[in-house]
Amino acid sequence: MILTLTILLAVIIAIAWAAFNAAYLVLAERRGAGIIQRRPGPNINGPFGLLQPPLDGIKLMAKQLIIPDGADKFMYISAPVLVMCPAIMSFVALPYSDWLQAQNIDVGLLMVFAFASMGTMGIVFAGWSSRNKYSLMAAMRSVSQAVAYEIPMIITALTITLMAGTTNLDAIVAQQSENFFHWNIFPLFGETHNILMPFSFLIFFICSMAETNRAPFDLGEAEGELVAGFHIEYGSMGFGLFFMGEYANIVIGATLATIFFLGGWSCPFGLFPGVWWFLIKMYAIIFTIIWIRWTFPRTTIYGLLNLSWKILIPASLVNLLLTAGLMKVF
Amino acid sequence: MSSELLFSIIAIFLLAALVPIGMVATTILGPRSSKEKIKNEAYESGIKNVLGGVDQKFSVKFYLITILFLIFDIEAVFMYPWAVNVRELSWFGFTEMVVFILLLLTGLIYILRKGVLNWR
Repeated sequence: MILTLTILLAVIIAIAWAAFNAAYLVLAERRGAGIIQRRPGPNINGPFGLLQPPLDGIKLMAKQLIIPDGADKFMYISAPVLVMCPAIMSFVALPYSDWLQAQNIDVGLLMVFAFASMGTMGIVFAGWSSRNKYSLMAAMRSVSQAVAYEIPMIITALTITLMAGTTNLDAIVAQQSENFFHWNIFPLFGETHNILMPFSFLIFFICSMAETNRAPFDLGEAEGELVAGFHIEYGSMGFGLFFMGEYANIVIGATLATIFFLGGWSCPFGLFPGVWWFLIKMYAIIFTIIWIRWTFPRTTIYGLLNLSWKILIPASLVNLLLTAGLMKVF
Repeated sequence: MSSELLFSIIAIFLLAALVPIGMVATTILGPRSSKEKIKNEAYESGIKNVLGGVDQKFSVKFYLITILFLIFDIEAVFMYPWAVNVRELSWFGFTEMVVFILLLLTGLIYILRKGVLNWR
């Protein structure tokens, strides 16, 4: 019973963390776009527009949930939940500090990837059940994209497992914690001595951007060019949950990159506790993702699939082979 | 049952109970759903059934991609236990996995040369 209550607390904190991030990352994104395009962005509601996200949330809640004629009602309603739940489930397993973690899971890395890929199912549900050919095509597009970039992502995470010899996320961070130069991304210092790690980081970063449907890979929902995407028939909170799930996935991608390559909560100078270092690193990665969105134009769907199948997958396989070889030799 | 597994199972059930609250809240807070015919129609940019309905056929490429995905994903699952234990394994264990990965790479090159991944 006490166990259940503890887990309930953990789950509620995870949901609140996801909702907070989704709300304020949208604001950060809109303000960032404003700065890059030399316009103010949302600045009316509250200081610096800080009241905009809660107001948007209330607006979404108060909208009518339209279920289109001929839609499969059960699947239509359950699709947003199916996108949101796995994302939160990943948060429950992610460590933010040596104490800020719901449960230290030995196969944490595998579990996060397993739940992250379950979101694809929600996309198929949403596209198929709305009885709209545009949403069905968009769902197919999204799925082929998500599926294509999952392979190099998983294989690159495998190189981290090779170096660390474990799939426990806590242990992966612990190995990088000695000092600044023991982070996995720095090739020559540390115990690992692996010159390929920056390359792994690049592949991982590109894949996590494509997995979360971010520009320049946002073919899942290109606003003006293709019809909105698999969630075209969704309004009100259905759309809100898809939105939250998407931003939750961005946070998960940035968190994983921090844990794998940037040393997690280990601090270079030790000015403040580890959690803050973790958050600084994570938001730096998220800021880079937002920055890229407003800098690069969108690719085409064929260019997207080619990048994955013809470049990233062979490259990540060769990278894995070389990493294993280097590790075995030294 | 290990505490990690128990934890995950309970967390999944709690999530499945908590997240739909958002959907329920909309139906309570928002207006009732309407019976208007035009409002409930699927969005088709104002054009009805130009390209055919939902039951239309899809290019076989989509299914090919899914099958290729299955092959490569399952291969990655095979590699995780190996990756965890590679330090303890001898050179024999290492060579075996190298052969496995090289076979897969050969398969990928074969697919590429066959033009499966050439889009029009």
